[in-house]
Amino acid sequence: MTAIVLNQVDPKKRRFLIVASSVVGAGAAVAVAVPFVASMFPSARAVAAGAPVPVDLDKIEPGQLLTVEFRGAPHWVIKRTPEMVARLDKHDALLADSKSDSSKQPEYAKNPARSIKPEVFVARGVCTHLGCSPTFRKEIGAADLGADWPGGFFCPCHQSKFDMSGRVFAGMPAPSNLDIPPYKFLSDTSLLIGDDSKGA
Amino acid sequence: MSNAPKAAIAPPFPGIVGNAIVWIDARFPLVKLYKDQVGEYYAPKNFNIWYYFGALATLILVMQIVTGIFLTMNYKPDAKFAFASVEYIMRDVSWGWLIRYMHSTGASMFFLVVYLHMMRGLMYGSYRKPRELLWVFGCMIYLVLMAEAFFGYLLPWGQMSYWGAQVIINLFAAVPIIGEDLAVWIRGDFSVSDVTLNRFFALHVIALPLVLLGLVAAHLVALHEVGSNNPDGIEINKDIDPKTGTPRDGIPFHPYYTVKDAVGVVVFLAVFSAIVFFAPEMGGYFLEAPNFIQADPLKTPEHIAPVWYFTPFYAMLRAVPSMFGSQFPGVAVMGAATLILFLLPWLDRGKVRSVRYRGPIYKRFLTAFVISFLVLGYLGVVPTTVWGQLPKGLPLIGGGDVATIVARVLTAVYFAFFILMPWYTKVDKEKPEPERVTF
Repeated sequence: MTAIVLNQVDPKKRRFLIVASSVVGAGAAVAVAVPFVASMFPSARAVAAGAPVPVDLDKIEPGQLLTVEFRGAPHWVIKRTPEMVARLDKHDALLADSKSDSSKQPEYAKNPARSIKPEVFVARGVCTHLGCSPTFRKEIGAADLGADWPGGFFCPCHQSKFDMSGRVFAGMPAPSNLDIPPYKFLSDTSLLIGDDSKGA
Repeated sequence: MSNAPKAAIAPPFPGIVGNAIVWIDARFPLVKLYKDQVGEYYAPKNFNIWYYFGALATLILVMQIVTGIFLTMNYKPDAKFAFASVEYIMRDVSWGWLIRYMHSTGASMFFLVVYLHMMRGLMYGSYRKPRELLWVFGCMIYLVLMAEAFFGYLLPWGQMSYWGAQVIINLFAAVPIIGEDLAVWIRGDFSVSDVTLNRFFALHVIALPLVLLGLVAAHLVALHEVGSNNPDGIEINKDIDPKTGTPRDGIPFHPYYTVKDAVGVVVFLAVFSAIVFFAPEMGGYFLEAPNFIQADPLKTPEHIAPVWYFTPFYAMLRAVPSMFGSQFPGVAVMGAATLILFLLPWLDRGKVRSVRYRGPIYKRFLTAFVISFLVLGYLGVVPTTVWGQLPKGLPLIGGGDVATIVARVLTAVYFAFFILMPWYTKVDKEKPEPERVTF
């Protein structure tokens, strides 16, 4: 056994050993953190819970809104009356994104009515601002929303306003129009939210 | 610390207690700890009413931990059972209502006391050299406290719990590029769900309390290393009595401040009990009415507002319009409003610490800052339509809700207090500090 004498210490070697062992240790710490961080992502069960939802259109009266749950979020199906459809292109100048260029929707819903058929409107009922669910305010010129209110959706959390096809008015906290989920018609009176694959 | 052999000490008391202390002290620095931290910790003798709130915050921390432990004995962190288990605590568990109301009232009182404690530090320059780290630990405690309150608010699984969590988590989704994934990671699901409730429970009852206790310990160690500031903002250690070797303007923490704090505790508990027994919901400010309805993921309550202690920041969030097709600017402003507190020790260029000797410019800025914080707090509780609308087509602002415009101005004032501080503290006409503390 030899005693450690200070002047026998090689500082270069010592620094190399300190840096090398610190780097390896830090690498190991990061590697151990990976499974813990990953465990907080949605589990296999949560991912599998997002199955498409069928909706029966016979149940909905014209002008009525039906809320269904898809992937834990409210989704709306509205049978728009001809008057509602007719009003959609009367206020383009007030909208932030009237052509839906910077909003999320399938290609087949990128039109003023933001739908496959203008009389049936399907949307994800979640405000694009901070995730509240807007309320359906179809009455025209509602007292609290102004005389020029054309009917649409109003978010109670931060007062964003959307028109009857979920397009946001300019100057609102919400940055874009309401999202339109993928969907398809199974027949004239039923549709499937969450799946727009052809066939079957 | 040295591990050199210690000289034997004389027993502080005769008899078995004294001998026990000698025995312990040979193995653990009991007497030294007591002397350093309590019996011979010298604090300035001119503390005023503002100096109660640190001790009161400690008291509430202990109370929250104790009531929290007893609540977990009956609470179920499961979306199916959570709401009912809270009602069970309120109705069927013996004294459950008291424990729960102590916990919910304690949360609000914690913030009240911490805000007053921070105001004290701000006024008397308690963040100035050499107390920068003391202030930084305090700011970290404040951030952790906000997270702790937010996680805890989801647990009753009421409508406000649910939609409040929904909004706050979506703040993170506004972060560019990684935002969406970050929000999913926080929730553990694609919307707030049972998974979210379960993990918030874990964070609320174990993870953050541990962090909080660690930070409080660091806060106290830093405090006792540099010593307390005082309303005059001068160092008592500059004037040591050569006979005793202790500061002339200092008095030992025990018995002087333990007795003084005891008075504060009695007054505080009187107020606290009045709230717990007579107004535990505090008119909807401590416990919001929609939270007595079970969470419904398909229906947002008509008017949603956070609990009062978050509303100044919430008002800022609402005041900032979305830019470039993203609501991130509002989120960034809100985050910056809390983080800018950390920089305070390095923004202040004044020669004096205490507001007592500051010049007129500083006093105006401080007043404007306090008013903006309070009014923003009010605006965060009410709908933006509260003060009506401006006529359309005004120059520059172009019309809109009056309250939103006011909130924008006050947000600017809030930040001006910090950003302009290096300038106005330097040019201000300060008064000379006294040699000895005054009352």
